[in-house]
Amino acid sequence: MVSPLCVGVVKKVKAHLQNRQGASIFQPYRDLWKLFHKDEVISKDASWIFLLSPFIVFSVTIIIGFCIPLFSSFGWSSFFGDTLVIIYTLALGTFFLALAGIDVGSVFGGFGSSREMTLSALAEGGFIFSLLTLSIIAGTTNTFGIASHTSFLNGQYLIPVLLAFVGFFIVLLAETARFPFDNPATHLELTMIHEAMILEYSGKRLALMEWASSNKLVIFFALGANLFFPVGLASDRHIGALFLGMLLLLCKLLCFSLVIALIESSMAKFRFFRLPDLLLASFIFNAVAIGLIH
Amino acid sequence: MIESVVSQSGFFFLITLFVIGAFGSLFFHRNDTCANVWSSFFALSGSLFGILFSSLALLGGQELSFVFGKTPFFILSFSLHIDMLSAFFLFAISLIAFFCSIYGFGYVKHFYGKYSIGALGFLYNILLGSLLLVVTSSNALFFLIAWELMSISSYFLVVYDRNDPKNVKAGSLYLIMTYVGTAFIILAFLLAYKYTASFDFAVLKANAHLIPSSVKDLIFIFAMIGFGTKAGIIPFHIWLPVAHPAAPSHVSAMMSGVMIKTGIYMMIRLFLDVLQPIPLWWGEAVLIIGAVSSLLGVLYAMTEHDIKRLLAYHSVENIGIILLGIGSAMTFYTLGMPTLALLGLIAGLFHTLNHAIFKSLLFLGAGSVIDQMHTKNMEEYGGLIKYMPVTAFTFLVGSMAISALPPLNGFFSEWLTYQALFQGITQLSFSLQWIFILATASLAFTGGLALTCFVKAFSAIFLARPRSVEVMHTKESSVPMQISMVVLASLTFIAGFFSGILTHMFEKIGQSFTIFHTTSSFVSVSSGQHLQSASGFSFVSAPGLFLLFGIVFLCVFLGTRLLVYRKQKIVCGNTWDCGTTLSPRMEITATGFARSIVLIFKNVLKPSIQQDVEYHDAESRYIPKSRAVTMRVENMYDTYFYRPLQKMIDGISLKSKVIQGGNVNVYISYIFLALIVALFIVL
Repeated sequence: MVSPLCVGVVKKVKAHLQNRQGASIFQPYRDLWKLFHKDEVISKDASWIFLLSPFIVFSVTIIIGFCIPLFSSFGWSSFFGDTLVIIYTLALGTFFLALAGIDVGSVFGGFGSSREMTLSALAEGGFIFSLLTLSIIAGTTNTFGIASHTSFLNGQYLIPVLLAFVGFFIVLLAETARFPFDNPATHLELTMIHEAMILEYSGKRLALMEWASSNKLVIFFALGANLFFPVGLASDRHIGALFLGMLLLLCKLLCFSLVIALIESSMAKFRFFRLPDLLLASFIFNAVAIGLIH
Repeated sequence: MIESVVSQSGFFFLITLFVIGAFGSLFFHRNDTCANVWSSFFALSGSLFGILFSSLALLGGQELSFVFGKTPFFILSFSLHIDMLSAFFLFAISLIAFFCSIYGFGYVKHFYGKYSIGALGFLYNILLGSLLLVVTSSNALFFLIAWELMSISSYFLVVYDRNDPKNVKAGSLYLIMTYVGTAFIILAFLLAYKYTASFDFAVLKANAHLIPSSVKDLIFIFAMIGFGTKAGIIPFHIWLPVAHPAAPSHVSAMMSGVMIKTGIYMMIRLFLDVLQPIPLWWGEAVLIIGAVSSLLGVLYAMTEHDIKRLLAYHSVENIGIILLGIGSAMTFYTLGMPTLALLGLIAGLFHTLNHAIFKSLLFLGAGSVIDQMHTKNMEEYGGLIKYMPVTAFTFLVGSMAISALPPLNGFFSEWLTYQALFQGITQLSFSLQWIFILATASLAFTGGLALTCFVKAFSAIFLARPRSVEVMHTKESSVPMQISMVVLASLTFIAGFFSGILTHMFEKIGQSFTIFHTTSSFVSVSSGQHLQSASGFSFVSAPGLFLLFGIVFLCVFLGTRLLVYRKQKIVCGNTWDCGTTLSPRMEITATGFARSIVLIFKNVLKPSIQQDVEYHDAESRYIPKSRAVTMRVENMYDTYFYRPLQKMIDGISLKSKVIQGGNVNVYISYIFLALIVALFIVL
């Protein structure tokens, strides 16, 4: 639910950095509200894949929301928290997103899908390995288990964890379509990736797609915050602890949003064929991190 | 009842069904319909009985061994031994054969009047029968006979559509590769015979310690080349992308789904059973071969725009994944970690079954499309989802399963493979650890690339606007074809849902091995069908996942339907066209889709572009008349492996020409000399 807020914050900070006033941080909510009430235009070339995809893509982000620790390191959902499940469920969302991009046969959608799939295929190695580094240290692949393991940042594990975090952060930028991989604010034909795929959507389906993409952003923020810096997560059902956990989660999300906004304001988008180098670097960081654990 | 089915006569009955099917359809070869009905009926009932036989054998868990008749040679006996492993492969073969036969019944109709259906039915039934014999024979010579029957019948099926010279050429390549492979298998068995004095697998196993270690290594290399050729490991895979497109689709589904698995079967049989104990480097070698095969297989698949060649390369990839499981099993067992070894074996076997299901599904789907479109080129498809909805849906399910998306079956076997590899990373020493890290990396990248490749395949075939007029004339395939595809698609869900039960089954199969008799697997199945690793390292629950997916999808769907303001209209409009008229040529093509990946991996794939421009006036060269761009991908194994090999063979042949005098007397003296040398060696 808080996910559109993050997008709002990122936009606001960016606007400030560009010497603009910027829209309110609650603007994304208004956008969603507006979109949910609009009529839809659907291409006559579209098949049921196009019609169904927003629901699947959005559901996937909800499922992942159940599978990761948000503000507590326990939960009935620790049942589902396997990292491989999370990674491959995210891939399920990407799969349908890419199919929907091609489905209408637009010139842009196809290229958007092609680029998105290229990036996510190459990001997968880094993604699995960064979470694997933590899993090995914590002795479990369960994200809740990892989050309740708090000794990452001291002693022998400091360097591997930092390396893995750098690797993870690169993957985060790639998967959530941020600079230097993609520019979420552009609709320029030559560069857009994520926006190109959802170009043909309108009305409530567009709302679902937009919401899903901001959910994805929060999912990655939460993974980065709670797995790598598991501070202040509620470890029991005490109401105060839960409240503190939620508050801290908001702070963490705010921090990540600030960092993303700073990156987006200070960096140019990379040429597409330089991105694999970055993703490969992420993979190598993580592989080295695993090698260093012993 | 179990005793009467799972018995010598039961198996004899099974084989007889296929033999009757084979010769009966040959008998009816003048009447296409009769031959089709006859051969399909017996193939169907044979495979149905095979499913019954093997599942009872699996559930009963008893071993069965018997001898068919007597032979005049003491080293050859038609002896069969059906243990759990054989029963499992019997099950996989019969299961896929069942659906391929249903499909084939509808599919072969377009061959009526063109080719002899009787011959097709004959060869098809022989192929099925010989496949069953391959995985049950317990005598190396008998095994080789069955193996040859399988190879020959599949060769004739590959060249069945013989009016296309390309198919004949593909058949020749297949024949050459399979014979090179068989030669190495024979060498491996002969070497083993030299030291153990028997061709019987049981005796071989008992006497395996008599084989010196250097000879054992040689046997491993020969067996790896021989069975690897059949399984399609890189660089011996070159026949796969050529032979699969040539064969009729239900046959390529059989070949890709189960025939190449006979190579895997023999690897498991030899390396984990007969030849134990094995040195450490065997397991490492299998792991590396698996990693290379899976990664290169999927990369070459990316470059393909022939639908069946694409699927064939994915078989290479999946064989690689299976070998990752089996290689880790071999490594772990030699290192004295049997629980992890059993986990690796379970992962390999589970993926074998899964790959058989979704790969045959995809080949059948491809067959339906080709049947309607009369071309294998994906660039000419497009928009087929509106004309062939059932095929499209089942192909989508198959694509999701092969890309290991949860909650389908492919995910769970890859999850198990990952667990085996993860444990290798955490528990092994430095140098071995890096082999496992590389294997995990290749599995991770393979997963991502396979997903990309199937987005490409599915969207090029079924989505967007039609790219050729032929698409407008297509219609959904016939009912038997649809049935087999739909049931196979639902099997991917079922195998995913019951992955706990299946894993337990595979554990029992593994425990029937001598080396695993008292071991329990590292990943155990708890009461709620959850998979859980022994140290609590990881945990996944298939029913739980299904439940979560189901509930969330339903909530989101209904929520949007009910809560959102419902008076909105849905308007049908054109795709945004920037003010021009959209033509199918503006859509992304399969080649275009994969182009960025191909360029990123250009050091491996070596893509090249060749432009031919023809000008109106050759002198001025300003106004081009036509322009042709040829993009091709260099095959590394071709340049670095097969070309040098061919050159070497050519060179040796040229050199050996010197001794050919052309005079009969000279040849006779050669024979005489050879005889004397042989006598000297023997005496």
